[in-house]
Amino acid sequence: MKRIFSVLLVMILVFGAIGCAPKATETSTTEETEATEAVTEAATEAAPLTVGFIYVGPIGDGGWTFAHDQGRLYLEQELGVKTLYKESVPEDAEVKTVVKGMIDQGASVIFGTSFGYMEFMDQLAKEFPDVKFLHCSGYMSSENMNNYFGKIEEPRYLSGIVAGMKSQNGKLGYVAAFPIPEVIRGINAFTLGAQSVNPAVEVEVVWTSTWYDPALEKEAAKALIANGADVIAQHQDTAGPQQAAEEAGVFAIGYNSPSKEKAPNAYLTAPIWNWGPYYVDQVKKVQEGTWSSVNYWGGMADGIVALDALSEIAPTEAQAKVDEVSAKILSGEFAPFQGPIYDQTGALKVNEGEVLADADQLSMMWFVKGVKGTIE
Amino acid sequence: MILFLMAAIQAGTPLLLATLGEIITERTGNLNLGVEGMMLIGAVFGFLVGHSTEMPFLAIAAGAASGAVAAGIYAFVTVTLRANQVVTGLALTIFGTGVSGFIGKYLMGFVLSEGFIDQFEPIAIPLLSKIPLIGPVLFNQNYFVYLAYLLAIASWFYIERTRFGLNLRMVGENPAAADASGINVSLYKYVHIMIGGALCGLGGAYLSLVYVPAWQENLTAGRGWIAIALVIFSQWNTLYALFGSYLFGMLGILGFRLQQFNIPYAQYIFSAMPYVITITVLIITSMQKGKGSNEPEGLSVPYFREDRH
Repeated sequence: MKRIFSVLLVMILVFGAIGCAPKATETSTTEETEATEAVTEAATEAAPLTVGFIYVGPIGDGGWTFAHDQGRLYLEQELGVKTLYKESVPEDAEVKTVVKGMIDQGASVIFGTSFGYMEFMDQLAKEFPDVKFLHCSGYMSSENMNNYFGKIEEPRYLSGIVAGMKSQNGKLGYVAAFPIPEVIRGINAFTLGAQSVNPAVEVEVVWTSTWYDPALEKEAAKALIANGADVIAQHQDTAGPQQAAEEAGVFAIGYNSPSKEKAPNAYLTAPIWNWGPYYVDQVKKVQEGTWSSVNYWGGMADGIVALDALSEIAPTEAQAKVDEVSAKILSGEFAPFQGPIYDQTGALKVNEGEVLADADQLSMMWFVKGVKGTIE
Repeated sequence: MILFLMAAIQAGTPLLLATLGEIITERTGNLNLGVEGMMLIGAVFGFLVGHSTEMPFLAIAAGAASGAVAAGIYAFVTVTLRANQVVTGLALTIFGTGVSGFIGKYLMGFVLSEGFIDQFEPIAIPLLSKIPLIGPVLFNQNYFVYLAYLLAIASWFYIERTRFGLNLRMVGENPAAADASGINVSLYKYVHIMIGGALCGLGGAYLSLVYVPAWQENLTAGRGWIAIALVIFSQWNTLYALFGSYLFGMLGILGFRLQQFNIPYAQYIFSAMPYVITITVLIITSMQKGKGSNEPEGLSVPYFREDRH
């Protein structure tokens, strides 16, 4: 009996730890493409192409994976290629099994949409030199593998402007997932945006150590609201924080995809992803035989990131300010990490007139002045 | 402080409902590891009915009924076909995750109407809610929370103080003896496994209807596994489960509050706490060699009528 329980406990630990990702969803193919194929000339000219996508979460997350899947659907619609996808692929050796299965089914381009897939995709890229691997949010690349990501901090800066204008008491809350540069850049850009309209603004941060737990992330937002925050922003893949704001009668900034319908009385706007155009561009290059491994870090000017339309409860004067700054970002005149920028201790990190170098942005592990919280 | 404790009760309620369900299931001698799956099924069907009918009572009933049906599948496979309970339970979790995700695809992005949500506003119980500290924390909650209190107390009374409960315990401890004394072992197992499933479904429905309230895939995010740990923590006693669930609920949200006092590592530690505490309890109880433990003797052993023991 005790042995059964030791086995059981180990299982509880393991399953608890991986959050019990659904494994049963099968890889499915979409056949609708045939109809559009005739219409799209590019597809008829080039050899038939199969593109595989591996997702870290379920498409039904309404966030990160949903945004990537919208990109996949756009790709199908635009180029008429056949796509394969698999949801909730854990960030371990299963990546290789899944990708090999896709290559077996004819895939010659693989998009991996989570940081933790990087090492496995690198190994696969060596094993299958004829297959193109495109990896989202990592830093490794080789002849047939590139990495791609977007400067979500640009629309985050804009969302900070909206939040800074909406807040009555200058206290903003930020529900954050993990203390990694990607998340920290977002918090800093949001804070700088808010400070650009209200220099006294303070952004309190709590870490959830989850990307995906609606109930827990809602609790985190409630803790921030209890501490006085009247606008809640988030770097999470669920709408939990927005629902907490909705219930408490305060306001919220979403993330990943537009989500106004989930918190209609709280939603102001959201920094959103638009992967479609990039996916089309890359696959088109593969079809034409001009693809080469080029690392990509696109911004608002490339259309890969954007700010969702402001909702009607956003402050009326915010639209003009957002338009103004957004035009400057698009023209290259302004960037979120443009000096002078001070860190939490008050030390000058970026001189006036300079922009923080890309490498320093990618390894950013410090908070700007005005952020209330610690990086663990 | 009062707000924090109220939040702890709300966070513990889905854990409590699922734990009660699993305790009742395990007291029949059946280990059902499908709690996570049953919770997800209850959550998605509860939300489906809640969204389409706008009637809270029907939504709750649908959550419970769908959990019971899922548990019924498990009961058929383990009691009638006598398959391995661990494997069947795990399969039920995977099944529940898949089914809920599939149905949930059509529920993405919908919210419940305000009128629906208002029905789960906290209701203060007269007199009791006036007690300092305890009153507002325990007796100014929504009626789902009160339902969970009542179910915990009622199931304790049922298991420990009634003839049916005595028979149930006998089935769990020694099914052969129960059979010999004229108890219908299979019937007892079926009924209680399904009641257990209904409670797990209720726990899920609480998440999708009251706590979040919305459907998102894999909404439970591992709470079913914490409930299984809680069964061991509470030593198969539903009154201890009442205490344990709220403790675990509190641990889950304590990290955020401590971060606000600049205690940064708290979140990782408190996320691991339920498991650490459970293992500690397990070590202590196994050192005491069964004294006071309610762990059913026949747990996870399939009952073959013709077998000699």
